[in-house]
Amino acid sequence: MAKYTFKDFKSDQEVRWCPGCGDYAVLAALQKVLPTVCEEKGIDKEKVVVISGIGCSSRLPYYMDTYGFHTIHGRATAISTGVKVANPELCVWQASGDGDALAIGGNHFIHAIRRNVDINIMLFNNRIYGMTKGQYSPTSRLGAITKTSPYGTVEEPFNPGSLVLGAKGTFFARSMDTELSLNEAVMLASSRHHGTSVMEFLTNCMIFNNGSHAELSDRENKADRIIVLKDGEKMIFGKERDKGLVLENGRLKVVRIGENGISEKDLLTHDSHSDNLGLQTMLAEMKYPDFPVAMGVIRDVQEMTYEDGVCDQVAEVTSKSKIHCVDDLLKSGSTWEI
Amino acid sequence: MQHKVIDANDVVIRFAGDSGDGMQLSGTLFANMSAIYGNGLSTFPDYPAEIRAPKGTVAGVSGYQVHIGNHKINTPGDFCDMLVAMNPAALRANAKWLKRTAMVLVNDDAFDDMGMKKAGFTGNPFEELGIEDRTILAAPITKLTEASLEGSGLDVAAVHKCKNMFTLGMACYIYNRPLDFLYEYIENKFSKKHPEMVAPNKKVVYDGFNYASNIQAVPNTYTVAPAKLEKGTYRNITGNQATAWGLMAAAEKAGLPLFCGSYPITPATAILEELALYKSLNVKTMQTEDEIAGICSAIGAAFAGNLAVTSTSGPGLSLKSEALGLAVMTELPLVVVDVQRAGPCTGMPTKTEQSDLNEVLYGRNGESPLVVVAAHSPANCFDMAFQAAKIALECMVPVVLLSEGFIGNGSEPCRIPTMKDYPAIKPHLVKSCDGPFNPFKRDPETLARNWAVPGTKGLEHRIGGLEKTHEGVLSNDPDNHETMVRERAEKVARAACRIPELKVDGPESGDVLLIGWGGTFGHILTAVEDMREDGKTVSFAHFDYINPLPKNTEEVFSRFKRIVVCELNSGQFANYLRGILPHHEYLQCNKIQGQTFLVKDIVDAVEKSL
Repeated sequence: MAKYTFKDFKSDQEVRWCPGCGDYAVLAALQKVLPTVCEEKGIDKEKVVVISGIGCSSRLPYYMDTYGFHTIHGRATAISTGVKVANPELCVWQASGDGDALAIGGNHFIHAIRRNVDINIMLFNNRIYGMTKGQYSPTSRLGAITKTSPYGTVEEPFNPGSLVLGAKGTFFARSMDTELSLNEAVMLASSRHHGTSVMEFLTNCMIFNNGSHAELSDRENKADRIIVLKDGEKMIFGKERDKGLVLENGRLKVVRIGENGISEKDLLTHDSHSDNLGLQTMLAEMKYPDFPVAMGVIRDVQEMTYEDGVCDQVAEVTSKSKIHCVDDLLKSGSTWEI
Repeated sequence: MQHKVIDANDVVIRFAGDSGDGMQLSGTLFANMSAIYGNGLSTFPDYPAEIRAPKGTVAGVSGYQVHIGNHKINTPGDFCDMLVAMNPAALRANAKWLKRTAMVLVNDDAFDDMGMKKAGFTGNPFEELGIEDRTILAAPITKLTEASLEGSGLDVAAVHKCKNMFTLGMACYIYNRPLDFLYEYIENKFSKKHPEMVAPNKKVVYDGFNYASNIQAVPNTYTVAPAKLEKGTYRNITGNQATAWGLMAAAEKAGLPLFCGSYPITPATAILEELALYKSLNVKTMQTEDEIAGICSAIGAAFAGNLAVTSTSGPGLSLKSEALGLAVMTELPLVVVDVQRAGPCTGMPTKTEQSDLNEVLYGRNGESPLVVVAAHSPANCFDMAFQAAKIALECMVPVVLLSEGFIGNGSEPCRIPTMKDYPAIKPHLVKSCDGPFNPFKRDPETLARNWAVPGTKGLEHRIGGLEKTHEGVLSNDPDNHETMVRERAEKVARAACRIPELKVDGPESGDVLLIGWGGTFGHILTAVEDMREDGKTVSFAHFDYINPLPKNTEEVFSRFKRIVVCELNSGQFANYLRGILPHHEYLQCNKIQGQTFLVKDIVDAVEKSL
């Protein structure tokens, strides 16, 4: 098995995203983690396939020196599923935007999650349609003023985490373009997860939605507005590491360490591997300013994958069947001689 | 009265009843029994869209027509020699299909006030329908079945379910069919899971047979001798089953796994169901969340190196259009099976039609040609599915196989082929190359591009829906686009080199050439044979390959004075021919009723053209 560096995953194509686009960071992270992914899985790079739908982020496969398929709007998940089921040895990564995965492709997205196909979905969420030049998306905030909502949207956005966990997804993580090492960590965790992984990357669109998550990425205040969840660690956040999360009356609550008799040991401890879907959902749904927005791996549990189920069934039926070639089939059942 | 046994050349029997009366089963069993006996055979199930429409209503009538003969039979028959009508509604719905000499067997018990009212009869139903001159055999089938099964331990509902077997027993007497086959069927079906059903079912068939015999129900009984068929092992096969099997045969010949991604849709669902059974032949099936995911998962599987298939019917094909364009653009091998039904939109889901031709030829954005082939009979679905896959894999092109509800659900006996008689399939796979891999570099002869599947070392490349150069680089260059558009079209056109020439049945030149495509084959052939028996000279050419057309099409057409294109739509193939071969005049014979042609329709059209 070959040893790779990130250069082995860079294609000769010039990257054509706008200057300052958040997508660059995700691309770079993917190119950086794939050598480790290949090493951990013991596979050569020709086993890596990158699939995308349509939209700015979906240009990603062209920039990767791997097998790649830039498909049609919304259908990346269905095509990734076909690739993985047809050849489970492949390591499938998918790039989709918020429009691609959650609007036109919403159906395929939830059904891939329901089936738990082992694909790694990188959901680039910039809350805007960039490629068509600035219309609102299913993740645009209520009231967002865009070209197709000049007076503000009158519809609530999706939280991708709610969708994933609502469909009983086995893996959901969140990061953002400015968090370079977290991006890589999330991708590695996704690679290690056997099943459908959804990684939401909050990405900035300089041109049509600049500052799409500025309140979270802002260096001054970020520590107070996000919480990076780590397994086995207390849910602590804040510049002074003085805030934390507790459960009170079945709901999450932000508390201050040292106030009202709260000490660190009273805080929740993160466990992405637990089957506590309710708590994980509450974490995924935390919204600024009432709560810090959860980053990192929120849920990572093991369930049977679809392609394993398919392959096991093929193997079982094959071992029991009397039909092993088409001639057997043609002669099977009711026949007669003339 | 002197009872006679009459030797018939062929007979048509139509079993009709409420959708819950088991008429599809009666018909299928009678057909299978006749097939094993060695008769020529063609069947057609005609069932309502509703699983159980209101009981006793005309809308809920389900029918199954069987045509058996002492020679090769090509159609299920226009009109029937015997109608089995299990209730008044079935009689009303099917009276128009009776021959003048026909016999009508009705379940008299169902002709009560309620039954008559539901079917809209006020007086004598036979007089009302003008069929009182036919041989009418009214048997109290419900009461006789109850009597037959008294003490069997079955409850009333189960007893009533056996009415169809009693009727079948009567039909076996009338057509001199021994009951062994039915006994064997009953044992196979019930002995494992419902052994308590074996004896009652056998008894009811036996009692039905004896009842018909004892009452001397009919003045004469009939035999239909076995047909002179080629020696060999035979089986009965439906078109949808044959399609699935042909695809598996192609996968085996190509040495590739088969992947089918589909969404259930009438009348194509049985293809997915059939493929799902045979996992031991390296088949993976996925029932996807929708039609689009069906084709998209298949495209993913094609990219990954499988023989990829999706099956559907008209409305499903509409949903797949964009993805089909992706397969055209990325030049991946893909077989799309469209089992056509009456449209537009939801149309008449259980009724047959040939009206998706325009859709498959033209129903995509941009310049988007693909290969279109059509199956012409249930058994022929096997060969055409095989050929569709062969062309897809060898030419790197999506292929649409057109089938129809009529042939998909219909069945016929077929001589079992052996796979060694089928040609090899050589997928256009590459394992390595000198220098950089150019995904759209073409084979000079076929123009097929190279198929490098993920997992192949050193051939990493990107494909997609955007226009590209031969090297696989995105390009908006005007000349490159025109070159690629023309090459994709030329690749489809060159598939003509690997398809058989058009054959003419009958004189090679003359006044009239009948043209057909798809499932109308049997009806046109029968019409042509009938006309020849009447001393007329007609020729017939049937198209299994639609795009591209066989190479000799123009040459064949030029040998005839008149061309009559027969199809179950308003003239889609005729218009297609007008576009490609405009120098001929095309007369049309069309029917758009969700029904097959009658042989008579075609004979009349030819007579009109002369």
